[in-house]
Amino acid sequence: MINWIWICMAAIGIIYAMFSGNMEAVNEAIFDSAAQAVTLAIGLISILVFWLGMMRIAEEAGILRGLARIFRPIISKIFPEIPKDHPALGYILSNLTANMFGLGNAATPLGIKAMEEMKKLNNNSDTASRSMITFLILNTTGLTLIPTTVIGIRMQYESASPTQIVGVTLLVTCIGTIAGLIIDRIFYYKSTWRKS
Amino acid sequence: MMGFISLISIWMIPCFILIIMIAASIRKLPAYDLFVEGGKEGIKTAVSLLPFLVGMITAISILRSSGALDAFVGLIAPALDFIGFPAEVLPLALIRPISGTAALGMTTELIATYGPDSFIGTLASVMQGSTDTTLYVLTIYFGAIGIKKIRYALQAGLLADLIAILAAVFLVTMMFG
Repeated sequence: MINWIWICMAAIGIIYAMFSGNMEAVNEAIFDSAAQAVTLAIGLISILVFWLGMMRIAEEAGILRGLARIFRPIISKIFPEIPKDHPALGYILSNLTANMFGLGNAATPLGIKAMEEMKKLNNNSDTASRSMITFLILNTTGLTLIPTTVIGIRMQYESASPTQIVGVTLLVTCIGTIAGLIIDRIFYYKSTWRKS
Repeated sequence: MMGFISLISIWMIPCFILIIMIAASIRKLPAYDLFVEGGKEGIKTAVSLLPFLVGMITAISILRSSGALDAFVGLIAPALDFIGFPAEVLPLALIRPISGTAALGMTTELIATYGPDSFIGTLASVMQGSTDTTLYVLTIYFGAIGIKKIRYALQAGLLADLIAILAAVFLVTMMFG
């Protein structure tokens, strides 16, 4: 799908320019923006190196594990189908805390482990279980504490206050996550209702 | 409330770093060595982002400089203005659940065009930071464990994205508009 969107953006732009007489501007934009993208990616190195470095210390210091322990009671309420001492809950917790700290690379393998455990609980069926969908929703609403990459981009474009957006972003994430959980419940009850 | 949120924005990162430092010294960890080791991954991440950004930002620039994007925005603006949704960020809102790197490219382009501290730039930043790529997460996780019947997962995920986007528009308008 993304391949088609990409083709359409470039193709529509060039065809539109043929008629609007902006071909010169398009020509310039191609080379300017490519250079701009490289500058941006290089500039992002600073914040990514700093943040991933910090997160490695946090991980070793047990901050992620500590947080996982705090959230355990809440998580077992959100996943009523998973037994309280099942390893699936452990993986879910580590995945969510890794995501909260923007450790996407660490979060993905943990998430896959969590999914595998949930699949075992679901008799290895190829149909998504209620817990799997809830877990997926929690991942797509992206509970992130600090949006590192966005802050990096804002720094690159000389924002007066690159971190100004952190508070609102956190608030929006929380609203999205809560809404996601409510929507998940509604869909679940609708699906059981239909069956019975 | 507003003052409190901006206070959190400024205090959160330094305080979090302080907590990490204190935790590391309590556990007697080689903090600096760990920092350097983890930081190396940052270089890899940034470099691997580079081709995505070049591809996306170039395609969007073509669309914008040709005048097509502005024409499109002008066309839909009256309808969106009616509900207070800024038309400039509509393309970003549409692509956010589909592709993370494409959305990152669009966010960058919006910030570059309108300025990071403008209303549009702020809104784009919040949208980019507050949700994850639904389609990507779904593909990775369900693909990895071989789920074929996804039931209501996609509808629920996209609906949650819609609410997050509307919440972003509403809150950013309230605080920065």
